[in-house]
Amino acid sequence: MEKKTLFDKIWDAHVVRSVPHGPDVFFIDKHFIHEVTSPVAFLNLEKRGVGVLYPERTVATPDHNVPTIDQDKTIKDKLSRMQVERLRENCERHNIELHDLGSAHHGIVHVIGPELGITQPGMTIVCGDSHTSTHGAFGAIAFGIGTSEVEMVFATQCIMQVKAKKMRITVDGELGKGVSSKDIILYIIAKISAAGATGYFVEYAGSAIRALSMEARMTICNMSIEMGARGGLIAPDETTFNYLKGKRYSPKGEEWEKAVAEWRNLQTDEGAVFDKEYQFDAADIEPMITYGTNPGMGIKVKENIPSTDGMEGSNKKSYLKSLDYMGFAPGEPIKGKKVDYVFVGSCTNGRIEDIREVANFVKGKKKADNITAWIVPGSREVEKLAHEEGLVQILEEAGFKLRQPGCSACLAMNDDKIPSGMYAVSTSNRNFEGRQGPGARTLLASPLTVAAVAVTGEISDPREVF
Amino acid sequence: MAYDKFNILKSTVVPLPTENVDTDQIIPARFLKATEREGFGDNLFRDWRYDVEGNPKKDFVLNDPTFSGKILLAGKNFGSGSSREHAVWALYDYGFRCVVSSFFADIFKNNCLNIGVLPVTVSAEFADVLFEAVENDPSTEVEVDIEKQTITLVSTGASESFDINVYKKENMKNGFDDIDYLLNIKDEITEFAVNR
Ligand code: SF4
Repeated sequence: MEKKTLFDKIWDAHVVRSVPHGPDVFFIDKHFIHEVTSPVAFLNLEKRGVGVLYPERTVATPDHNVPTIDQDKTIKDKLSRMQVERLRENCERHNIELHDLGSAHHGIVHVIGPELGITQPGMTIVCGDSHTSTHGAFGAIAFGIGTSEVEMVFATQCIMQVKAKKMRITVDGELGKGVSSKDIILYIIAKISAAGATGYFVEYAGSAIRALSMEARMTICNMSIEMGARGGLIAPDETTFNYLKGKRYSPKGEEWEKAVAEWRNLQTDEGAVFDKEYQFDAADIEPMITYGTNPGMGIKVKENIPSTDGMEGSNKKSYLKSLDYMGFAPGEPIKGKKVDYVFVGSCTNGRIEDIREVANFVKGKKKADNITAWIVPGSREVEKLAHEEGLVQILEEAGFKLRQPGCSACLAMNDDKIPSGMYAVSTSNRNFEGRQGPGARTLLASPLTVAAVAVTGEISDPREVF
Repeated sequence: MAYDKFNILKSTVVPLPTENVDTDQIIPARFLKATEREGFGDNLFRDWRYDVEGNPKKDFVLNDPTFSGKILLAGKNFGSGSSREHAVWALYDYGFRCVVSSFFADIFKNNCLNIGVLPVTVSAEFADVLFEAVENDPSTEVEVDIEKQTITLVSTGASESFDINVYKKENMKNGFDDIDYLLNIKDEITEFAVNR
């Protein structure tokens, strides 16, 4: 029998037909939408006079542009308000499930999907958002699509894509103290570069990955796109099943047993061949931070910013342009640099586990005076748990400001912007120029490192602070 | 949405050698608030093109009158990051019909093909040849022939072939998009869906 990777198994089961010398017609089980990348798709659908084929397969939530204060009031920004209203109208007209602002399950689309048990092993999932790869943590094929494809999914529940090549990244061994899944993925991206996995779909494997919680696995899969990968996935196991059990949309009773039995088969066959393989040792990974303007520009907190030795031409120019934007010099240490903002949130690290981690470490401490500290839960559910567990009180006593759920300063489409020239250490996923506001300088790190920075007011290694 | 047919494009070139240009640079998030697909070209490369007061930055290539054309010659790993199709809408709306680079990010490339902007991947060496020619002489023309799958520096005849799958090629030539195809096989899809 042909040996297949997990990716092959799921992909092949969803091919309606293959166009000769062209793409596959690829069936989509679940489709998430939000207010920013869906309106034009709905509009074009109407222009064509076509309806939504399977509305029950689409779930919507407004997350990208929504304010994170006063969510019960009318949105002040006119354009944002229009997008959110348009989403409401479209969902109503096409009979699509909407988790609206203020409702019990409102939140960032990649946080609520898993929370509700919509995301399940073996599924194909798309959304007009590149961090859809998050859902791969459950052993699903999940990836971001453009608005034209959103329209295709509405109209036909299919898109047309050429199957990606396969990469496996194995991380074996045990993580050291103070090192988390965010450090794993920042380490991997730094090793293989921001474009190193372009054209591939990645499977993460190895003992260090298997030891992670679902939340931590989501953090890893989330950032697959930051090394150019189409998506990333992790084979489901007991951790996955335990997480999903009892969730709102998870199968129940006999159906559950049947589903789990099927999910157990979602493994890469022994001897299956990948187009590319990488192996890393967990013991080599330490707290990481980025210093430049793409997520591949990451180093260990204790290291120096790389010098320009060996660089030339446009490579060197681009590198210097990037450091110039950041206000850093080649070869200097990153530790000890003054910071202005910290941001805990986003679909990468805005889950309850992340907030617990930060609260746990700042408990009884105070943020430094020069720091503005924002903490934005990924969903209402996370917000509720944070209150119930007393985390909010701990964080507020430490000087953090808790805001309401949304993408917030991850992409700064709303008012949550880092002022020009200021430094923010963030748990989000992108440090592009202006990502957190025009002129803002972003450094990506784990929730733990962010907590350490909040307390010291400068770039710090969390292992030295607590 | 159907788009203009693409056959042979002969044009001068706008060079942007910066590497790793992500879609947040092509169009920043704060300009994604429209509910229609119009006017994105005004904000193409917004923060590289204008300062905070909205004045054009002189050193950015789109503000340099010596360079113009329908072909954008870009640095390595162009279009990384966010899946926002708005990035391609902005390029299209501004007037670009073709982007040439030695390396494209995946989703961006897909998005281009879906709305009729041709992404042409060339070797790093050929990209260098093009950059040099264009920077030395901004009136340099480049010809992209989709049928022959070739890109040619008109002045010297230096040429390279590029890849595009047959299906997408036919789409580009005829201005078709994937939805036309998918809607035609809807019965096959609904049959498939029964067991999913
Ligand atoms: S939190 Fe950031 S990365 Fe995640 S979906 Fe929102 S904008 Fe995208």
